[in-house]
Amino acid sequence: MNALGRRGLRFTEGIAQIGACGIFLFQILGAVPRSLKHFRETIRQIWFVGAMSLTIIMTCGLFVGMVLGLQLYDVLSRFGATAASGTVVAFALYRELGPVVTALLFAGRAGTSITAEIGLMRATDQLDAMEMMAVDPRAYVVAPRFLAGIVAMPLLACLFNAMAILGAHGVCVTWLGMDNGTFWSNMTSNIDVWKDVINGVWKSAAFGAVCALIATFQGYTTAPTSEGVAYATTRTVVFSSIATLALDFVMTAFLM
Amino acid sequence: MNTAPPVVEPEKNPTDPLISIRGLRTVLNGKTIFDGLDLDIARGSITAIMGPSGTGKTTLMRHITGQLAPDAGEIRVDGKEVVRLGRNELFALREKIGYLFQNSALLTDYSVFENVAFPLRQHLRLSEELVRNLVLTKLQAVGLRGAADLMPGELSGGMMRRVALARAIVRDPMLIIYDEPFVGLDPIALNQILKLIRTLNETLGITSILVAHELAAVRQIADRIHLLAAGKIAAQGSPEELARGDTPWTKQFFTGEVDGPVPFHYPAVDYAQQLGLSDASTTRHAGSQA
Repeated sequence: MNALGRRGLRFTEGIAQIGACGIFLFQILGAVPRSLKHFRETIRQIWFVGAMSLTIIMTCGLFVGMVLGLQLYDVLSRFGATAASGTVVAFALYRELGPVVTALLFAGRAGTSITAEIGLMRATDQLDAMEMMAVDPRAYVVAPRFLAGIVAMPLLACLFNAMAILGAHGVCVTWLGMDNGTFWSNMTSNIDVWKDVINGVWKSAAFGAVCALIATFQGYTTAPTSEGVAYATTRTVVFSSIATLALDFVMTAFLM
Repeated sequence: MNTAPPVVEPEKNPTDPLISIRGLRTVLNGKTIFDGLDLDIARGSITAIMGPSGTGKTTLMRHITGQLAPDAGEIRVDGKEVVRLGRNELFALREKIGYLFQNSALLTDYSVFENVAFPLRQHLRLSEELVRNLVLTKLQAVGLRGAADLMPGELSGGMMRRVALARAIVRDPMLIIYDEPFVGLDPIALNQILKLIRTLNETLGITSILVAHELAAVRQIADRIHLLAAGKIAAQGSPEELARGDTPWTKQFFTGEVDGPVPFHYPAVDYAQQLGLSDASTTRHAGSQA
């Protein structure tokens, strides 16, 4: 096969994968009612992908807010508009950075572990064993992780935003001497709860669904070898990042 | 009022085979695995499926349990045609089948106790006390009641196999499929598994299918052996009958001859030709030198 043929084959395989992922989504949605029987497993997964991600999310949120505060204070000071620093930081965080950066961190931390866990279950026949015990792995293993992604991501994004605003406050007010009242009052008077905050929450939930779908699909369909699991985890990060950014553009266009 | 007549399931004859396969044909990745295979497995028997590697023994088990659909043919398990079963009916059938995987396939996040309790918790609403009693009874049967609190990572290969066996029998299935149960076991663990298979068969009347290569072990417990080769049953009978068999397949398999119907060499182009030593290439080579 020549180079063109190989590229064509890879392209068609990619399209087939997207189709398979779509079918997988419908299978998960069909399994969700049955997965409610395993509600404790869903709670366990929310704890695993949510609570266990708190350290990385909160730490990164703090530093992102500090950098944002520093950069914006410097840029806005050129226009004599440092009083707007808190407002601009909040706009950037609630609308874009909070949901997107949280999703990227989620894909790297929780997404990869979901893929590796399900992939190893595939490689060690645990998923087949469940099938043989008349337990649907989509309802017992996949759907709880999918639901956990949807529930945990908005909560993580809110915490990310909170820590980032604290970081920006620390830099702008404590370090650079901006007035504390100006920082908070400008922010609270300009931020719209529905248009800015809630839209960000919707975005986070959508990113949570996409990242969890990709992570579970990659794990479920991985080749049952150590190399296969390694490739699957890599693909989870790459595809989740691309899908998050692409979906961000689409959702922003619709929610503006 | 229009009332539909009740669906009456045909009465099962105890002499009917538990598993009946007719005209099975399977092609995987362009390779014909089964080509018109017929097979009956009697109720309450221990049946061994043997054959060279790659002849489709595990694939046959996947057909029987409905994990893989054949290209053609009929597979009946307990009177039900597996291929035509819907998801719920298939799961109902699987609840009556225990499957022992080659690598045990224990759930690594759960303790030994929770692994054995898993099928009970998923399908039955039993009190915690009853679950505990049932699990401990099965663990006692496989000699691992004392290991109930251990995690799978803390067990040896033989112990894992026995825990998987306890899990497979926890709901008293009508059929147990053992996929390569003796691989990687030391002689003590192997004998323990052999004894358990025989005991379960005799005390509970469970039909057992054994996929294995270990001829000496299989001969100790199997009522019947089916030798799978070239997509069909090449030979079948009791262990003694097959040991006396004089077909090329049985001769090679039971004496372990290196070459025979199962060739030593994987199909390849002519060796001399591949090394460039055939007449044509020699002539061409000589010509170019001239």
